[in-house]
Amino acid sequence: MSKLGNLGARLHHGEIGYDFVGNRKIWYAVSILITITAIVGLAVRGLNMGIEFQGGAVFNTPKTSVSVAKAQAYAEEASGHDAIVQKLGNGDSTPLRIQISGIDTSQADKVSAQLAKDLGVAEKDVTGELVGPSWGEQIANKAWQGLGIFLVLVVIYLAIAFEWRMAIAAFIALIHDITITVGIYALVGFEVTPGTVIGLLTILGYSLYDTVVVFDSLKEQTKDITKQTRWTYSEIANRSINSTLVRSINTTVVALLPVAGLLFIGGGFLGAGMLNDISLSLFVGLAAGAYSSIFIATPLVADLKELEPQMKALKKRILAKRAQAAAAGPAGSVPAGDDSFDDDPEDAAAVVGPRSQTASRNRGRGRPSGKRR
Amino acid sequence: MSWPSARRSGAGRPEREYEKVAAPKKGRSASAQSKPGRSLALILIAIVGLTAGMFATGDTTPRLGIDLAGGTSITLRAETEPGQGSAINKTNMDTAVEIMNRRVNGLGVSEAEVQTEGSRNIIVNIPKGTDSKEARAQVGTTAKLYFRPVLSTEPSGQAATPTPSAGMSTAPGGKPTEKATDKGNPSASASPSDSTGPSASSTTQGRAASGALKADASPSASTPPSPSGDAAAGKLQQQYTKLDCTKEKVRADTGKGTKPSDTTLACGKNAQGQWQKYILGPAEVDGTDVKKAQAVFSTQTGAGWTVTMNFTGKGSDKFASITGKLAKNQSPQNQFAIVLDGEVVSDPYVRQALTGGSAEISGNFDQESAQSLANMLSYGALPLTFKEDSVSTVSPALGTDQLQAGLIAGAIGLALVVLYLVIYYRGLALIAVASLLVSAALTYVIMSLLGPAIGFALNLPAVCGAIVAIGITADSFIVYFERVRDEIREGRTLRPAVERAWPRARRTILVSDFVSFLAAAVLFVVTVGKVQGFAFTLGLTTLLDVVVVFLFTKPLLTILARGKFFGGGHSWSGLDPKRLGVQPPLRRTRRTSAPLETKEA
Repeated sequence: MSKLGNLGARLHHGEIGYDFVGNRKIWYAVSILITITAIVGLAVRGLNMGIEFQGGAVFNTPKTSVSVAKAQAYAEEASGHDAIVQKLGNGDSTPLRIQISGIDTSQADKVSAQLAKDLGVAEKDVTGELVGPSWGEQIANKAWQGLGIFLVLVVIYLAIAFEWRMAIAAFIALIHDITITVGIYALVGFEVTPGTVIGLLTILGYSLYDTVVVFDSLKEQTKDITKQTRWTYSEIANRSINSTLVRSINTTVVALLPVAGLLFIGGGFLGAGMLNDISLSLFVGLAAGAYSSIFIATPLVADLKELEPQMKALKKRILAKRAQAAAAGPAGSVPAGDDSFDDDPEDAAAVVGPRSQTASRNRGRGRPSGKRR
Repeated sequence: MSWPSARRSGAGRPEREYEKVAAPKKGRSASAQSKPGRSLALILIAIVGLTAGMFATGDTTPRLGIDLAGGTSITLRAETEPGQGSAINKTNMDTAVEIMNRRVNGLGVSEAEVQTEGSRNIIVNIPKGTDSKEARAQVGTTAKLYFRPVLSTEPSGQAATPTPSAGMSTAPGGKPTEKATDKGNPSASASPSDSTGPSASSTTQGRAASGALKADASPSASTPPSPSGDAAAGKLQQQYTKLDCTKEKVRADTGKGTKPSDTTLACGKNAQGQWQKYILGPAEVDGTDVKKAQAVFSTQTGAGWTVTMNFTGKGSDKFASITGKLAKNQSPQNQFAIVLDGEVVSDPYVRQALTGGSAEISGNFDQESAQSLANMLSYGALPLTFKEDSVSTVSPALGTDQLQAGLIAGAIGLALVVLYLVIYYRGLALIAVASLLVSAALTYVIMSLLGPAIGFALNLPAVCGAIVAIGITADSFIVYFERVRDEIREGRTLRPAVERAWPRARRTILVSDFVSFLAAAVLFVVTVGKVQGFAFTLGLTTLLDVVVVFLFTKPLLTILARGKFFGGGHSWSGLDPKRLGVQPPLRRTRRTSAPLETKEA
């Protein structure tokens, strides 16, 4: 812990840090690669849609010692359709989950009765879910609709609360997360159920949540950026990421832990079902979301920001100044001379610091306590 | 809340100078901690109050959804005939829900609930202990309303003993609905329809009355003409004799699968609330032939509440022809039965052919029963059919398993989070865990209260939502704690650090919680079914998160920061400056504030 704490401190002081923005091209490339893989996977393999989307039936049997293969044979015989049988749990006598796609809801009763007879269990104990094909379609449509509305609202909100560049970057990061999650589903062949959709939709909120925290720090630190000449936007953006890195990691860990609990219980204890489906997509999506808010969203904002003429000019000034300083003497003198260039000590306080070894303050928005040297 | 006082109380002695500098800019920030005790008291009162409310209402556990409690949940989707897309509207759906409710609760399931969901779905939830097959048969079938001529009728089961109304066969006016039982004394109803016969185009003859008539009069009346061959008729007659409408199971099976063009058996309740059995001829008029039906209070005729029907063009012809035929017959064969879903809901008799395209059913209605019959008639006219979209049956055992699994998952998740927080934040984890517990208590109590209040039912996705929310709630603390630590790293002592970190942490928490809440709200509004349950919990817990952080976590930290353990930066407090990597020279604030002031100058 003390190491972690120190790491936090050093990140905070800017003593160490990873150049997220500087290395962004690598991460963009990685993301593009993943995204392409995901899209190709989606195009080639398609999604393994659960019966909720195709129409069909899932039957849950009480504990029975009938083997999976036998149960499958029974189910296929009874329904005339392909069946997938899963054992829920371990041991000789376990409940079974039998999925039969493509059967009509009216047909299902007969199948269920036949199955109960074959498996030697009481008919009323065979429970299940029967789904007409249009139901899944409706859920999916509603989900898309929800996704669309949410994205529009969020982009508007972020554009107001922050600025449009951040809104766009967050939007791209979000699309990126969803694509990756969907792609993983396609590639691995996980079954897509309403639970998956729920998980996917939650990722939206979560991924943005993460991004918003980084952006918040970025906004704070880049306030009045034009009034100083020490750091470019990208450099400040990078520091924002680094200074919120501990929080990002903690948040992701804390978010993933309960989901992991769900996944473990849902997968290990119940075998399958809603818990498992939700937590699986959440797990994948949360991981992608944490990655994208750090490696994609913020560097994207920096890129967009640097396109602004103002920022371009700032960058030019800073580079010129640095070149001058380098020519004038040893590099160490750069931080030392910062105060004289600051138009406003307060604002400088907000952006000063990451490279200076003595850990001058960098978080002091609106407060002059920052410098101590 | 006034911030000047806040500044005074919030800033400790050594930090005084510093606070004075900062306050003009950060004035508002100080407001929250002005009276930490008050906030804590507020939230504790809220918890106690809500808990008391929970015990007062007697619902001490959240209502469980079908997937956790066991039972059957059926989703029906309304479909229109081509070109009638506008038929899916609130009025029609509400009528459908009413009918559907009548159907399931007619099964003797008192707990079944029927509700609309979204614009075009109806959800029927039937709790455990009911034969799901039967329930599905009831709601799954398309509602069909037919007008069939009565061929024969008599009270069924024990009701076959002559009723007190037997002698009043000349006094029609029984009421067609079950609800009429208590008022349904046919002898007392001074046969308004008789006296106003000419004006009322059609009258209801109460079933008790008609049954009584049959019992009094010739038994031969019960022999129906054989429209479909003697053998079939004989068989039907046999079934009719055996038919016992008082048995639920029998009722559910009666008339199943008959085509409108067949002669069929049916059951219905008469004015006394007794079951009456019928042999009915082929359907002559379809429910869709009814254009409109409404309950009317007719003042001129003195008939009281009546139900008027308007027929479509085609319907008028059909209705004219059936009434023309029936009017010539003897009772009970001058009656026609209005059959909804195989059950006779009304069996008015006809005096004359009704050719005007409209008809009025009068009798001993009150507003409620008239309205109910009108609704049923309208239902037949609803251009909607309902398709079973999904049926999910969960055995109570499986439901319990799922609930257990969800709770275990939640417990594991919570334990892992607590463990992580303790390892990373040490003493601060205490505050985090306390806040999580407050949050959990509030969530539980509010969910329990929402059960009876708005029909909220905790289902599996909702449990998932609550578990996922652990992360979101804990994140608020992380954001705040990290801010506090940042402040300490800058050399501040704990108390000012706690106060200074708050405004920034607060903004971050609000912004990110807003996004999370937005997601939940959009999901709740747009989606259907399970997704909605999930979204609801997520939204609720996000709101509670804000409440808890503002009214509990922050004040608690403010108070604890005054104590020795945290305030003194104990190495297990999670706020030890040394552990946070603050360089020794920077530890004492005096030194920090000194350059500070020079800078300001």
